[in-house]
Amino acid sequence: MNPAPSVIIFTTLSGAGFGFLAYLALGILTVAGWPAFFLWALGYGLAVVGLLASAFHLGNPQRALLAFTQWRSSWLSREAWAAVATLILLAPMALSDWLGLGLPRWIGGIGAVLCVATLLCTSMIYTQLKSVPRWHDPMTPVTFLAFAAAGGAILAAPKLVAIALCLLLAAVLAYGWKRGDTAFARAGQTIGSATGLDRLGETKVFEPAHTAGNYLMREMIYVVGRRHVAKLRVIALGLVTALPVILLALPFPALAAPAFVLHLAGAACARWLFFAQAEHVVGLYYGARG
Amino acid sequence: MTCLPGKVDKALGLVIDLDTCVGCQACVTACKGWNDQGYGVPLSDQNAYGAKPSGTFLNRVHSYEVQAENAAPQVVNFPRSCLHCADAPCVTVCPTGASYKRSEDGIVLVNEDACIGCGLCAWACPYGAREMDADAGVMKKCTLCVDRIYNTHLPEEDREPACVRTCPTGARHFGDLSDPTSKVSQLVEARGGYALMPELGTKPVNRYLPPRKKGAVAAPVLEPLEAKGLAGWLDRILGKI
Repeated sequence: MNPAPSVIIFTTLSGAGFGFLAYLALGILTVAGWPAFFLWALGYGLAVVGLLASAFHLGNPQRALLAFTQWRSSWLSREAWAAVATLILLAPMALSDWLGLGLPRWIGGIGAVLCVATLLCTSMIYTQLKSVPRWHDPMTPVTFLAFAAAGGAILAAPKLVAIALCLLLAAVLAYGWKRGDTAFARAGQTIGSATGLDRLGETKVFEPAHTAGNYLMREMIYVVGRRHVAKLRVIALGLVTALPVILLALPFPALAAPAFVLHLAGAACARWLFFAQAEHVVGLYYGARG
Repeated sequence: MTCLPGKVDKALGLVIDLDTCVGCQACVTACKGWNDQGYGVPLSDQNAYGAKPSGTFLNRVHSYEVQAENAAPQVVNFPRSCLHCADAPCVTVCPTGASYKRSEDGIVLVNEDACIGCGLCAWACPYGAREMDADAGVMKKCTLCVDRIYNTHLPEEDREPACVRTCPTGARHFGDLSDPTSKVSQLVEARGGYALMPELGTKPVNRYLPPRKKGAVAAPVLEPLEAKGLAGWLDRILGKI
């Protein structure tokens, strides 16, 4: 699949944003006054910038509000609702932390649950697609949640918890990649079953349907960069887990900020792989797989 | 509404005969021609006369080489377009309600005025039936020529999809596949018509008729011919000189 920058920015930033907001909402990082204002603003900023980025890949963004109408069937629509509901319901908790209103923490608890719901909706947009076997797997929502948990924890959780969650994320990523690498073969679609010509014999492409590129090929038969997969995976693991863990282990609390920035860069790298490596079954018609 | 209709009154669709299709691309051209002026925004082209032309098409004809055991290789031309699935994943993923399946005839359509061009429906379709128009930023797909098949301004013989009307070999058939007595259903029954990737649960309406089994080739491939009679005598004499 085409790793469009807008979708990578969207899933990376809003994932980290909603993760961080959940920690703030639960009061795991207790802050008050202006520090509270800036931390909540950071959480809101990440989430909102991510959501706005997602609008950039739309062909007609002026009609984006229609995306709230189909929550009965569409995970994308549910995500829109969940994100907006979360940001609205977290507002009293944020104001309470900033201005010292002393609202009970369970209000934040509801917001934290909605943060998780939003993350799940985002991941289900990809998980629901049977046409992309690598995504159609329970490890997709698990990975999205693990990213949010680790990213938020670097800024908001006790150091040991953050380190543990970063290590857990590395394990989730590694296991997800291992499963993902065989997902297409396990799903079982081939050029023979895509065309139904397997009932005659062995099928291969004789001539393409057209001599120029088209939307399908640009969007779904993306091949650039697959040969650097092993290197990119090591880089991603180094940035999301190894370097942040080292920085967190040092006795300087201020290092959480660079650790978080490195983690975000690694998350973007891993998300790039998430798209670039995902193969769509339509590629079979073009001979993209044997 | 992007929830699928529980029941459709008809299941209009295409039956494509892979035995008869010669890969002439007339259906591709007819489709593009009709949909440049019919339903929704025209199918645009980019850089049509330049070095890297690209454009939106609702129907594309691939060619495959099939090698059966102990037989000569065979070329199969394979038109690919929307299958108007009963359980269409492209419809349910749509966040705006632009994508829908009609309960009266089962046609899957896009209301372009509500399409935000997110592209998720094209991702959800396993068959590559949907293409985003690069000019208009809305999703385009086969409409089964909904603006022809019910169009009483057209002569009756023209009230079928443009691709079907134009096919010079009669390889494309249009009809109600939910009615077991319809011509298309009987054709599917008689020829063993099949659905594409049914294991994905999309329940496609369109069917493909497999190429008929060809007889054995007249001469074994790549073996020298044995000359007989006068030619054989000449062959032997000339071989000895």
